[in-house]
Order: sequence, then C-alpha cells, then structure tokens
Amino acid sequence: MPSTEIQSAFRSAGGPARVPHAAACRHCSQPMRSSELCSEGADQFCCAGCRIVFGMLQDHQLGRYYDYRAGDGSLAPRALATGRDYAEFDDPAFVELYARSNGSERTLELLLEGVHCAACVWLVEKLPELCPGVTRCRLDYAQRLAYVSWNEPPPSIKTESVVSPAAIARTLDRLGYPPHPHREGARAQVQRSESRDLLMRLAVAGACAGNSMLFALALYSGAFADMQPTHVRYFRVLSALVALPSVTWSARVFYRGALAALRARRPHMDLPLSLGIVLAGVWGASNVLRDQGEIYFDSLTMLVFVLLAARYVQLRQQARAERNLGSVHALTPRSARQLDAADVARVVPAESVSRGARVEVLAGDTFPVDGRVASGESSVDLSWLTGESLPELLRPGSAVFAGTTNLGARVVVVAEQSGAETRAARLWQDVERASLRRAPIARLADKVAGVFLIGVLILSALAFLLWLPAGVGVALETAIALLIVTCPCGLSLATPLAVSAALGQAARAGWLIKGGAFLEALARPALIVFDKTGTLTEGRLSLVRWLGDDGLKPHVKALELGSSHPIARALVAALADESPVLATRVEQRLGYGVEGLILGQRVSVGSVGSVSSPLPPWAQAALAELATDGLSPVLVAVDGNVRAVLGLGDRVRAEAAQTLSRLRDQGQRLALLSGDRQAVVDHLVRQLERASGRVGLFESASGDMSPEAKLAWVEQARGRVGNVFMVGDGVNDAAALAAASVGIAVQGGAEASLDAAHVFATRAGVSSLLDLIIGARRAHGVIVRNLAFSLVYNLLAAGLTLAGAISPLWAAVIMPLSSLTVVAHSYRATSFGRSA
Amino acid sequence: MSVLFIAVPIALLLASAGVMAFLWAARGGQLDDLETPPLRMLHDDPAPPVAAACVPPAPLD
Repeated sequence: MPSTEIQSAFRSAGGPARVPHAAACRHCSQPMRSSELCSEGADQFCCAGCRIVFGMLQDHQLGRYYDYRAGDGSLAPRALATGRDYAEFDDPAFVELYARSNGSERTLELLLEGVHCAACVWLVEKLPELCPGVTRCRLDYAQRLAYVSWNEPPPSIKTESVVSPAAIARTLDRLGYPPHPHREGARAQVQRSESRDLLMRLAVAGACAGNSMLFALALYSGAFADMQPTHVRYFRVLSALVALPSVTWSARVFYRGALAALRARRPHMDLPLSLGIVLAGVWGASNVLRDQGEIYFDSLTMLVFVLLAARYVQLRQQARAERNLGSVHALTPRSARQLDAADVARVVPAESVSRGARVEVLAGDTFPVDGRVASGESSVDLSWLTGESLPELLRPGSAVFAGTTNLGARVVVVAEQSGAETRAARLWQDVERASLRRAPIARLADKVAGVFLIGVLILSALAFLLWLPAGVGVALETAIALLIVTCPCGLSLATPLAVSAALGQAARAGWLIKGGAFLEALARPALIVFDKTGTLTEGRLSLVRWLGDDGLKPHVKALELGSSHPIARALVAALADESPVLATRVEQRLGYGVEGLILGQRVSVGSVGSVSSPLPPWAQAALAELATDGLSPVLVAVDGNVRAVLGLGDRVRAEAAQTLSRLRDQGQRLALLSGDRQAVVDHLVRQLERASGRVGLFESASGDMSPEAKLAWVEQARGRVGNVFMVGDGVNDAAALAAASVGIAVQGGAEASLDAAHVFATRAGVSSLLDLIIGARRAHGVIVRNLAFSLVYNLLAAGLTLAGAISPLWAAVIMPLSSLTVVAHSYRATSFGRSA
Repeated sequence: MSVLFIAVPIALLLASAGVMAFLWAARGGQLDDLETPPLRMLHDDPAPPVAAACVPPAPLD
C-alpha cells in the first residue's frame, strides 16, 4: 500500500521540516496525481484546497498540527473544502432556528465532515485564533460535533469587528471541515438522558454493593470469631440501610422492564430478576427486623450492580454504533437562491421558500425544492432518487425534485413543494414509518428467559412443598434461597456481553452494527435482496466497449474535457492516457451531445439522435449488440459519418458473481430489485449467471422499481419469508432498508441510506457480506454457549439448594464465578476476523 | 469496639459525599463525552516564539 510507505517516510523524515516525499501532498500526505499538482516553493500540494489549509496554518503559527498528526499515525483525508459562501448562515431565520443564546453569547452546533484524528481536535479548537470574534470552540470527537460560541453585541452598538456565522462556517470549510447546522434530534436527546440516568443508577449500585460487601465480610468473619450480638445486629441493620438505595432506586430499571413485559404478556429476563430482587429484599429486611435467619444484601447489591453495568455497556455500544451510522442526513440543500421581482437572487433557507416562488439553480447545484422548470434547459442526475444511471433532460415545464443535481446550465424553477413536503422528505418519512412498523426480531435470550422463568417458579414452589414438613419458616427460607441462587445473573449477562464484544470486533473489522438483535438475525438463513446500482455494480458510468475507429480517442477526449455531464466524465476518465488534440468551437447540444472543429473536421460525440444521416450496416450491428448487452450507445461521427460506436454502462463489481455463488452455497436465497430498466436488470442477471456458472442465481429480479415499490416488496417478502436482508446504497433503497429484518448499507451510499440501515459496511462492494454472515454465526455460537453454561450452573445450584446443601456464603462465592466465566468467554472469543 | 458506632456512620457519610459528587458530574453531562478529553490532553501548547508575539496574525476574512 503506497500510502503507508509515504507515511512512514514522512515520520522518518522527522516531521514537517522537510518535504516528506517527492510525490506526497504537503498537507494531507497523500500521493498526488500529476493532473492536479500545484506547488508553492518547495512544498507540493495535491490540490488547491490542501494548499490553502497549509497557508492558513502557517499564517497563524499553527504548523504544530502536522506534528500532532504525525504522532497520531493516521492519514488525513484530502482537504474537503467546498468553497461555498454559506450565505444562508447569516439569514436571521437561520440564527433563530439553530443558534442558542445565553446573554450576548450565541452558540451554534455544527456537524463537521472530515474530522478524523487527535490533530483535528486541536485544530478545530484553535478556531478563536483563526477566526477573530469567536470566543470558544469545543469539539465532541465521537459525534464530530463542534460547539462554536461568539459574542453578539446588543443592536444599539454598531461594531464592525463582530464575526458572522457565515464567516465561521467559511473558515471551517476552508480548513477542510465543511460544517452542517445541527439540531439535536428528539431521539438523541432521549438516548443521552437515558445514558446519564443509567450511569447514575450504576454509581449508586456500585457504592452500595461495595459497602454491603464490607459489612458482609465483617459478619462472615464475625460468625467464626464470636462477635458480640449487639455488633451483629448493628451490622445487619447497616447492611439493610446501605442496600436500600440500590434495591429501591437503582434496580427500578428492572422493575420497569418487568412491568412492561407483564403488560405486553411477553416473558422477559427482567421478570425473574425483579421477582428475585424483591423477594430477597423483603425477606432479608424481615429477617433483620426479626433478628434471625439469613440476610442476602451482599449478593443482592452485587447482582444489581453487575447487571446494571452490563446494561450500561450495551447502551453505550448501541449509541455509538448509531452515531457512527447516521449523523448527517442532509437530504436536500439547506439554502436556496430565491429570485425577487427584479430577478435578483437572495440566499434563503430552503424550508422558507413558499409555493410559487422562483428559485435559481446554478449548474452543479442541487435542487432545493420540488417544482417545475420555468426557464432554461439542462439535464438532471436522478440516480440519487431513482437509481437510474443516465441523466434526464430538463426543459421548461419538466418536473424537478429536491435533492437531485442540476448538471447542465442555470435554470429557474417555480417551487411547488419545499421543506417537509418535498418528495425526498416524504421518502424520509416513509423510512421512519417503516422502521416503526417493522416487526421486532425474536431474540434467543428472551425465549430462554421465558422457559427459565417458568422453570424457576415451578422449582421454588416445589422446594416450598418439599420442605413444608420441616416447618413453614424453613420452607420459605429454602424457596427464597433457590430464587436468589438461580437469579439469572449469568443468564442476563450472557447475551449483552457477547453482543457488545462482537459488535466491537465487527466495528474494527469494518462493519458497524446497530444492535444485538440484528446480529442474531444475520446468523439465520435469509432471503437476501440486492439493489443493483452501486451494490452489485460500481454505481457509475464507465466506457465498456469501443467499436470502430480507435484513432478518434484523442478527439473524443478533447471534446468532452470541458463538460460535467456523467457521460463526458466517464469518457474522460476512461481516456486518461490519451493526450487531447486541439478542438475549437466546441458546442454542447443539450440532449444530443457535443461537437466541435478538430483539424478542420466537424467531430460530434452524442446520442443516436445526434447523427442525421442513415447508419452504415456495421454501426447498426454494433447498436444491436450494445442493446442486447444493456449498454447505452454513444456515436462518434466525423463530418456527419459515423466512425465509432461506444458502449457505456455501469460495470459489474469484480467479486460480485463469486460472492453471490458462495451465498447460495450457504443456503441463502437471493433476489434483485432495481430502479433501472428491466432490460438492464435482465442483462445483469445473465452476466452474473455466466460468471458464476450457475443458473437461477436469483429467485426474482425486478426492474423499474420506485422507492415506494421497493418498500412494498420488502414488507411483503417479510410477511412471506420472515428473515429478509436488504443490501443497498442509495436514498431510493432507504425505506426498504429500514423495513427489512436487517438493512445493510454498503460504502459510498447516500447518508440517508446509512441512517435507515441497521448495518453499515465501511468497505465497498458485497464481498464483505460473506464474512459478516460468518462472523454473526460465530457470535451467535458464543451467545448459545454462554446461555448453556449459565443454565447448567443454575440447574446445579438449584439442585444443591433443594437438597439444603448450600449456605448463603457459598451462594455469594459461586454467583460471581458464573458471571466471570461468561465475561471471560465473551471477550476471549473472536467472531469477526481482523482482516480489514 | 463501641467506636464502630461512630466511625462507621462517618465513613458512610464520606462515601455518600463521593457518590453525590459523581451524580452531580454525571447530571451536568461531564461524563457524556469520554473520547475527546483523552485526545485533548495530548495537546499542551509550548510558549509562543518571540517572533510570533511581535507580528499579530492577519485576520482571515
């Protein structure tokens, strides 16, 4: 891997004093491509963005950034600067919406792209030096969230030195951290307060358990050393008092869970737990009052503490996975260029554009609203919304959708829907509805707990009856001892610990999994539904075939160099090695292609409609060949005569066929859903079947599927099959991802699909899917072994108690032993390899 | 051993003071972000060089 070499060269050169490597960027240390090189003295940069950041850091004596980064050992991404002017940040409506005020101080929460290492924390928190007027800047590294504060003088004082939100955003953007305004979602707020609440309960439970243990130690050792009865009594009372907060306040988490389980009439681990805690607590307290019999407060408080700790680990793990998955869902741009009566553009927040307002959209920008084109002609990239790989033509009257990209030229759009009414926003609501509606996955531990609960209750009743001849007091004592000894401590630790260990390993190996339920579902055989574009294919157009005159390659490159059309970009990328010839009078003809004069000849590159003369037989044969292969044709003509026919298409990923074949070997069923044309889908299926040497790879393959149709298909399949995985990458898959048993988003996907998905692969393509499923099966094995061990332990302990052979002292010793075994087994097992 | 009747409650009081302090910190959100502070403490700034102190940095915008 060249980048690691460069990095080690960088470090061995002793830091930033010398140019690290002849071909590495001075700022981001990444290798440079000759086409975009720009240099300044002895320093070379891969792009203008990196050069600007370097210059800024030097000007403000912040060059230590490079020392910190070299020490950290991570490779920086290229400076991501977008160069936007963030004018909408200065809009009063924006400040009203996003900024918090405290006196004259305003604070803005900004979600930053590109934060990746300790040096970034340092640099972002140096914002007050870079941007005078900013009073404070703190970065939450895990959430990539910057809290920026500045002082807003009262309106009576007019000063020029005040910093504007847009200037802050521009500075961050230029540093390579494009900011997005952020408001904490209701869900994140709930999760945070839940995490704080659990931590506080955990702390109290820990303190109680520790002190309880000390008193228990005194009592146990006192029992062998003739302790005075007053002291025994004193310590028993103290134990009860110390255990009180733990049993009443900390353990309320379990009582709530148990009540919810009772109401829902579903067995849950919290039910036997709560029963054990309450009964043992009441019995222990009554024994303290009666001054006879055993008290169980040491075991009890320890139990509460250990179980709460497991739950806290689980919650943090889950919150972390969710944070990594979906933090930005900038579905649509947040600003729009609204035109007033005099055709002057003013930047306003996109949500505030009203129906009928005219909005200008420049070439390369994203449409901020749904509406119709009023004037101008252009083409639009719909792949984000529909999965269609070819751009569509825009004419006055054409409908446009928020979130899609304007490729060609400036157009004016009359807004029809904005904000929450746009198709993209409605799609997002579909995602949320689908995730609310989806049936939960039945979890192994809950099923086991149901059986276990009934077993324990029957056994306790049995013990009571068995010892009844010896007196009611003895019988009750034995029954309660049984409840405590069999308290499913190991049982309820078994799943959370195994899951949290496996999720941690999975994250290191490149999969972020949102929760244990998905891990269990992944381990079961399923119907795996694939999206086509970007999942099985590379997701971008490329030149697949060139039929005809090879000598025209430089001509084609020369004509397409200046265009941002996807076909042009694909051609330029494919012809990177050609040196272009000089083309003059290059003209883009919208919907047809491009033409220009080269060496006195008119050369045109364009669609079938761009050539008016009849096609020669060989060209017609070539077109027929491309049509059967599902490729889009592009004609190259010189002076009106067709000289070459090019086929463009979305290339199939190299490893796709083999992966699919191996998934079939594992016993999975496969299906394909695509927004692309049915002909393209059929062709892809034929191609994959040929490559894998297997007929009937997919049990169904449907094209022309809208996002809504995909959602309906997946929901229907879940009703039929049960376990359905959806693998996809685009916004058009998002609702289907959310509705599936497990939605798996592959890298490079739109942010919305990441938010909707339950598993996110940080590596591109589908080959990692196999490892994911194998890893999930191994993790499932760990859970099963953990459960089996705790059950065996509990049965053994129950048998000993029934025989009256176990004292509370032994129970206190054995119980942590079972938990420890489960902990050790969970963390020692390697479910996910570290092959990433 | 009657000192226990005074010493143990005092010890418990001290322990509860510690618990209270932890609860106060957790409630204020000090324990929400456990990842940034360990990174931040790595950056202690050396004293600014003399030359830098003479030339004020140019404002950006």
